[in-house]
Amino acid sequence: MQPNRPMTRWQRFTDNDIVWSFLHSPGAMVAAVVTVVIILACTMAPLIAPFDPFDPAQISLWDGKLPPAWLEGGQPQYLLGTDNQGRDMLSTILYGGRLSIMVGLAAVCLGMVLGVTLGLVSGYVGGVTDAVIMRIADVQLTIPGILLAILINGIGRAVLPLELREEFAIYVVIIAIGLTDWPQFARVTRGATLVEANKEYVQAARIIGLPGWLILLRHILPNTLRPVLVIATIGLALAIIAEATLSFLGQGIPPTTPSLGTLIRVGNEYLFSGLWWITFFPAIALVVLVFAVNLLGDWMRDALNPKLR
Amino acid sequence: MLFFILKRLAQSVLVMAVVSAVSFSLFNFVGDPVNNMVGQDATREQRIEIRQQLGLDDPILTQYSRFIGNMVQGDFGLSYRIKRPVDELIFERLPATLELVFVSAIIALVVGIGLGIYTGIRRHAWASRAVLSVSLIGVSLPTFIIGIALIYIFAVHLRWLPSSGRSGTVDLGGWKTSLLSIDGWRAIILPAITLSLFQLTLILRLVRAEMLEVMQTDFIKFARARGLSERAIHFRHALRNTLVPVITIIGLNIGGLIAFSVITETVFQWPGTGLMFIQAVDFVDVPIMAAYLVFVALLFVIINLVVDILYFVVDPRIRLGN
Amino acid sequence: MTELLKINGLCVEFPTRRGTVQAAKDVSLTVSPGEVVGLVGESGAGKSTIGNAIIDLLEAPGRVSGGSILFQGEELRGRSDAEMRMVRGNRIGMIFQDPQTSLNPLMTIGAQLVETIQKTNDLGITQAEARAVELLEQVGITEARARLLAYPHQFSGGMRQRVVIALALAGDPDLIIADEPTTALDVSIQAQILDLIKDLCRKRKLGVIIVTHDIGVIANIADRVVVMYRGDVVETGDVAQILGAPQHEYTKSLIAAVPRADRKMHRFSSVDYIEGGHQPSAKIDVQTHWLGQGAKHENTGPAIQVEGLNLSFVLQKALLKRNRKMLRAVNDVSFQLEPGETFGLVGESGSGKSTVARLIAGLYRPDAGTVRVLGQDVTTAPHSREARRARRAVQMIFQDPYSSLNARMRVMDIVAEPIRFYKLTSSEAETRKIVGDLLDHVGLGAGAALRYPHEFSGGQRQRISIARALASRPRILICDEPTSALDVSVQATILNLLKDLQSELGLTMLFISHDLPVVRQMCDKIAVMRNGQICEIAPTEQLFESPQHAYSRHLLDLMPKMDLLARAPA
Repeated sequence: MQPNRPMTRWQRFTDNDIVWSFLHSPGAMVAAVVTVVIILACTMAPLIAPFDPFDPAQISLWDGKLPPAWLEGGQPQYLLGTDNQGRDMLSTILYGGRLSIMVGLAAVCLGMVLGVTLGLVSGYVGGVTDAVIMRIADVQLTIPGILLAILINGIGRAVLPLELREEFAIYVVIIAIGLTDWPQFARVTRGATLVEANKEYVQAARIIGLPGWLILLRHILPNTLRPVLVIATIGLALAIIAEATLSFLGQGIPPTTPSLGTLIRVGNEYLFSGLWWITFFPAIALVVLVFAVNLLGDWMRDALNPKLR
Repeated sequence: MLFFILKRLAQSVLVMAVVSAVSFSLFNFVGDPVNNMVGQDATREQRIEIRQQLGLDDPILTQYSRFIGNMVQGDFGLSYRIKRPVDELIFERLPATLELVFVSAIIALVVGIGLGIYTGIRRHAWASRAVLSVSLIGVSLPTFIIGIALIYIFAVHLRWLPSSGRSGTVDLGGWKTSLLSIDGWRAIILPAITLSLFQLTLILRLVRAEMLEVMQTDFIKFARARGLSERAIHFRHALRNTLVPVITIIGLNIGGLIAFSVITETVFQWPGTGLMFIQAVDFVDVPIMAAYLVFVALLFVIINLVVDILYFVVDPRIRLGN
Repeated sequence: MTELLKINGLCVEFPTRRGTVQAAKDVSLTVSPGEVVGLVGESGAGKSTIGNAIIDLLEAPGRVSGGSILFQGEELRGRSDAEMRMVRGNRIGMIFQDPQTSLNPLMTIGAQLVETIQKTNDLGITQAEARAVELLEQVGITEARARLLAYPHQFSGGMRQRVVIALALAGDPDLIIADEPTTALDVSIQAQILDLIKDLCRKRKLGVIIVTHDIGVIANIADRVVVMYRGDVVETGDVAQILGAPQHEYTKSLIAAVPRADRKMHRFSSVDYIEGGHQPSAKIDVQTHWLGQGAKHENTGPAIQVEGLNLSFVLQKALLKRNRKMLRAVNDVSFQLEPGETFGLVGESGSGKSTVARLIAGLYRPDAGTVRVLGQDVTTAPHSREARRARRAVQMIFQDPYSSLNARMRVMDIVAEPIRFYKLTSSEAETRKIVGDLLDHVGLGAGAALRYPHEFSGGQRQRISIARALASRPRILICDEPTSALDVSVQATILNLLKDLQSELGLTMLFISHDLPVVRQMCDKIAVMRNGQICEIAPTEQLFESPQHAYSRHLLDLMPKMDLLARAPA
């Protein structure tokens, strides 16, 4: 059963059950490729987008409301048509996607760092600290995230002076979504910490005499990361949706630097007059992105839960 | 058992205390209430008078206890924008939201649990795989995009159903209902489907996952080894054990529906409390924001209590103790 | 036709990503009515697979790839699922290992019995209930009628297993397959359940297949034995012949590895037939090596002295203190360990023996009482420098080889952790050299350092644990059921290793086990624990030859009778 000599790094990598499952799951691979392509395309928007939607010199109202290139009246330089202000749809989508992904990632990171830290402390220290942290999480979990995000976001905007609102809107959104995210991470991390802390390798570390913080960092944290990774992936999809929803409700990213949600909101006003492409393409971009991330998260959850394999 | 219920009740009180403190602080920290009452060009004397009238110079704890006292009586003051009592506004719009949530909950629960059981039992059937793939798309579709798509297809393109608003209501002693007329149903059907879709897919996937997990247990294997029929195994043994975690999901699900009604009501211009809340946030109409927050928290606390009691009914391990 | 069941050339395979695993290769066996056939083997032998294959409940993706299963003259292979359902329960009953999970927690046991009875017999509800009461009485459950309304969680483990047996008997089957039916139970309950099965077999002329890893169970209950090793049947025969005069090399080494309760031997007989039996061991000379140069403790008294130790756990929370249910896990325990001796702590599960070990190791704080390590009080001021220094002399080996190693660390880093933390060497190169030496010394070879724990078997992981404990250069080693999760043949090699280490390093050892034969082989002195209290402390031979306390006598009576075992030379 045991190999006779240590495997090379690559062998060990491909021998890993999760990697093996990934290499044998076409859905997960396609999802990973799609996610990576979208994220790359969006982050490199300034390099690959045909136009700069923020450069007034490149926009002319004369070119406004043009349909996609393959339809009658479309122009070849505007592949997906133009919006009401004459901006190239493809370029605005790339720039908008960049913003959406950035906000999503930042919000998840904020929620994860906060949640994992509190969850670890809560699970390992126990007692009053644990009770206080988990009660706060419980209270927060009774209220659905999106509602809380709207509220925090609304308060954040109201507290800021008017002239700073647009400038800081993006940070307010990140904080609002990140703050609603943390209880999930805290709960999962705490649960995993409790399980790990009772395992005998942690007792062995205590008997050796290692201090608590070192045991937490070196032994417990690495063993709790798997479920956190799953939540983070699914959380990224949810955060992107949350940002889009806030922006769609007019509470998020302002139209001057539009995200995908803002684009859909703006386009929605033109839907009834038949200019469907102004809404349709950003919506498709959003759904494909979220779907790919969800597919990855879904596969990850199955792969990391050996009971259901 | 008494301990358990007391603990839950204490927790509920705690939730309400925290939420009321948050909504109280909204009044104090978000915007200046005096400005909101009298406008920018009031004189200094007028402002001082209003401050005294509102008791804004009292110690903060006095203000808070007054706020709690009023809150318990349902009094949240006047809306800054519409200048009408907030409780009146909420009760006017409550039927629209509750009916929307109710219809959505039925759709989500019936279809979600049904398909969840089916895909859990017939794990490898092609229909299960199809349902599962579609459900993942469902989880990935933001509510507002579903709404826009349904409006575009059924209202703009096919012109079968109205695109927005709530028409055809029938007045039942102050409660305006959509559920008693054809027009009412025509208006509610699109928003209800929109609202239910996301929760439906969540329920479906969770029920399926629970079902699969239960099917792996030893007692199912032992039931098989006794030669019990697949029917008895699935419905008598597996399903009931699946139900325990599913109850929690239903609680969360109804909470989620209330939250997402904000978005659905905005897309469909449905005149419910969610739409009112979003408009209030736009205008920093603090009394409405605070009242809505307290109201929603109260709903969730009640739902959670009911869920806990349901646990008691379903699971003998909790009911009878060890 | 006298055979009830006749299996011929049965092959079972499990296709996996690393190729097809042959779980059973050309297995043949027979069972007659009124006969108990023991199917014995260590983990991975394929013994459970046979039972599952008979009733066609192999776990996916396993499948029967050859051979025939004749039951009462009829071929069971290739039957449809509906046909097999009429066989399961009605003609073949099954008993599983863990009674905690075998019953549906949300149905009363009455409902589960009635459901099964009505499936197998055409009875009305009242008749079915009467039959359920009858069955419960037959398996030794009193007040059966009232118990019908109880839920599984209201029964103890042993009682639940009786309910499971009643359910298996509900269809009046002719063959019972019991898969490790007593492994999850305490010794005293084990004996009762085995007696019940044997009794039912005789009275009802049942054929019984008992699948087990435990030679003791076989000796107690089986008429005939089938020995399996890695999917092959290596030997079949009468129980007296298999245990007393085994023919096959594997059976011989298996039997030799079983710890003997009847007398103490110097070492366990060498077991060659198992994996890891031959170790490429380049032993080190501990006298000159780093390992032998540990800190000196000027202490002439006992190595460990425990006085009036008490610890309670809260079982059930309540608002009022008097309503809280407390468990006195350790109740006024005192004893001492002389330097260099091995002290055994025995008892059934829940007796508090592991808790005592953890109190000494400092994992729990006692409610009252003191622990002295090498003369130093480590409980009054546990964080003082002296207490911490004394405590470093105590290391522990745990029961579960899978959870006692951090899966995310290489063996090198696991073993080197105490060396690096306390800077016990002058350079990283020296640390690596020493870790390699330690791994060599415990019989793994220095090459193991670069691998991760999941690449090793249970026995090998225990060796890693031992190496990690040695890296702190301990004077005292606490072994908490160090081999109870291991196969017997692996157990023998690990116990030999511990014996060697003790004599080389002059270690003091606290050895905790529920397994009396193992304790007899390992210990100089033994304390018997029950319900958190010590019943009796006596030198090993004295305890086994003339136990003083009633509970000690009771435990000794429950030991499996091994009179049949081959007399290996001492």
